[in-house]
Amino acid sequence: MKKLLALIHARNLEFYRDRSALVWTLLFPFIVLAGFTYGYSGKKEALLNIRASGPGLTESSLIKKFRSTPGMDFQITTDEPAAIKKLSRYETDLVLKADESGKKFTYSLNPDSDRGKLAERLLQAAVEADSNPRAELVMVEVTGHKIRYADWLLPGLLAMNIMFGSMFGVGYVIVRYRKNGVLKRLRATPLSAFQFLLAQVVSRMTLMVATATLVVGGAMVMIGFHPANGVAGTIIDLLLFLAVSSAAMISVGLVVAAQISSEEVADGVLNLMTWPMIFLSGIWFSLDGASPWVIRISRMMPLTHVVKGLRAILIDGAHFSDLMPEVGILLVITAVLVTIGSALFKWR
Amino acid sequence: MEIIVRMETVLETRALIKRYSDLTAVDGLDLRISEGACFGLLGPNGAGKTTTLEMIEGILPPTSGEILYRGEKIGRKFSEEIGIQFQSTALPDFLRVHEVLKLFSAFYQKHMSLNELKDLCDLGDFWNRDASKLSGGQRQRVLLALALVNDPSLVFLDEPTTGLDPQARRRFWELVGLIRKRGKTIVLTTHYMEEAYELCDSIAIMNHGKIIAEGTPNDLLKQHFHGISIRLPKGGGFNLTPDNVKGAEVFDRGEAFEVLTEDPNTTLQRLIDLGIPLKEVQIRSRNLEDLFLKLTGKGFHHEEASRADPRA
Repeated sequence: MKKLLALIHARNLEFYRDRSALVWTLLFPFIVLAGFTYGYSGKKEALLNIRASGPGLTESSLIKKFRSTPGMDFQITTDEPAAIKKLSRYETDLVLKADESGKKFTYSLNPDSDRGKLAERLLQAAVEADSNPRAELVMVEVTGHKIRYADWLLPGLLAMNIMFGSMFGVGYVIVRYRKNGVLKRLRATPLSAFQFLLAQVVSRMTLMVATATLVVGGAMVMIGFHPANGVAGTIIDLLLFLAVSSAAMISVGLVVAAQISSEEVADGVLNLMTWPMIFLSGIWFSLDGASPWVIRISRMMPLTHVVKGLRAILIDGAHFSDLMPEVGILLVITAVLVTIGSALFKWR
Repeated sequence: MEIIVRMETVLETRALIKRYSDLTAVDGLDLRISEGACFGLLGPNGAGKTTTLEMIEGILPPTSGEILYRGEKIGRKFSEEIGIQFQSTALPDFLRVHEVLKLFSAFYQKHMSLNELKDLCDLGDFWNRDASKLSGGQRQRVLLALALVNDPSLVFLDEPTTGLDPQARRRFWELVGLIRKRGKTIVLTTHYMEEAYELCDSIAIMNHGKIIAEGTPNDLLKQHFHGISIRLPKGGGFNLTPDNVKGAEVFDRGEAFEVLTEDPNTTLQRLIDLGIPLKEVQIRSRNLEDLFLKLTGKGFHHEEASRADPRA
């Protein structure tokens, strides 16, 4: 225990004194967040996202015309509540429901979304242009608290920060220690490999949880972010999930660092692993419309589950206990990778 | 306080072998190191010194053979008993000297107090300095202090003064003397024969993974050399051949001739008779450096190399 505490303390000091890493870890999320808050103008892949359900949909000539609008991503769904939820998060612009006759349509939109209103105009125009008898249109406003893109993005950025801090912070540092002989020197002491690795994990977990919590606090001050359950209702769930998340990401770093003794190689491998996760784990945009193979790859990435869980806690107000699939997956990833990492670990 | 070397063997290796796929780095080593002694392991680069040390330290697994500490095979507990100064070690980044020592002393059950280490290794001037910002001599003293944090009975120093200036080296030797007075056994590798002569009670010279000579420095010198060396720089327009200096050996060393003789009076008289200018003559007895070159053949003089190398 004394060995462990001494090592954790030493590692914490190292992190704190490595100014560039400290500044970067704290500043990076804010820089990106600011960029997206003021600069991001929406998703690029489709101009409008429409989700529709109901039996009379396929028959209707008016729908055929509506869905052929250029730039429109029109998808038929059976899960209307999920589509409504996406509406409130700007992940979709309009949700349409047709009755059996195909002559009555109920549509929902987010009153804060300009794109939703644009979709509404197009729908109204399609109805007016349609032959008699004219279809009936009923509008339902989706209410609930407003979520801006920046709010939605924050959990993704937190996840990315955890990924970089964990994988590089543990992976790269162990490789450097191996290269410059620090590991060899430690090997000559009574310290065991397990104690050494555990200290790295605990030290980095503490730092990641602390910095992520600070970033959420900073986002509340800076861009007026509000966790769905308020600060008091979120903090415990957030801390727990951050701990599980950073443990999983650190264990990826441990496997990378188990044998490599060149910093350049470690750097390459870590970049190779992090960049696909940045694009395919749903940090920047929802992967709902993506092709099935992208979704399949995405599910294999630990970061996807981190993003999902953080978003559920911060945006949807989920509790830690509601996140069992994500937490379970992350814990399994941690257990498997830590085992592999310690088995492969080389002091030199 | 006098240094007492007792006869009990503290460390022993039996038929120690380390083989890599295409190379036998250590080839059947039998060593005995007495309690309280300073044992020097000498040899050219690649002779297997560091490999031997690292096997004894428990860092490198031997291919075969045994390592005994006080008559028992070394195990995990052995690391509590020893202190190691590696040839090249980085210290953890961003830690100060006293923080590094504190960290390492936490790893051991037994330890020397930090203040004692500070005084013993003379670390007071840079106690609060970042460990990565030390001079070579200061750094070596910190590494020595690290080797001593657990108050070990056996201290391994792997080329501890390589790269140090002569003054820093002298200072380091004094430190080693202090440590010996505390009754610690020291195992040292070095390139500097002067260092071995100064510090070691007994030495072993290694080459190609084998011990080729072993004993006290003076015994080894007596055993291998008789007489003295007379060095005559060229440039006086004279020439020397083995024939014109009877009873002595003559070597062409490039810039100078070297005459080896057991009877310096006669030989010098003969050189005077030949009319050779003795203005720049250097006369010295043979030292460990000569012995090292003679035995390992790793010198700058090819003829001596081919003459001395037992494999040639």
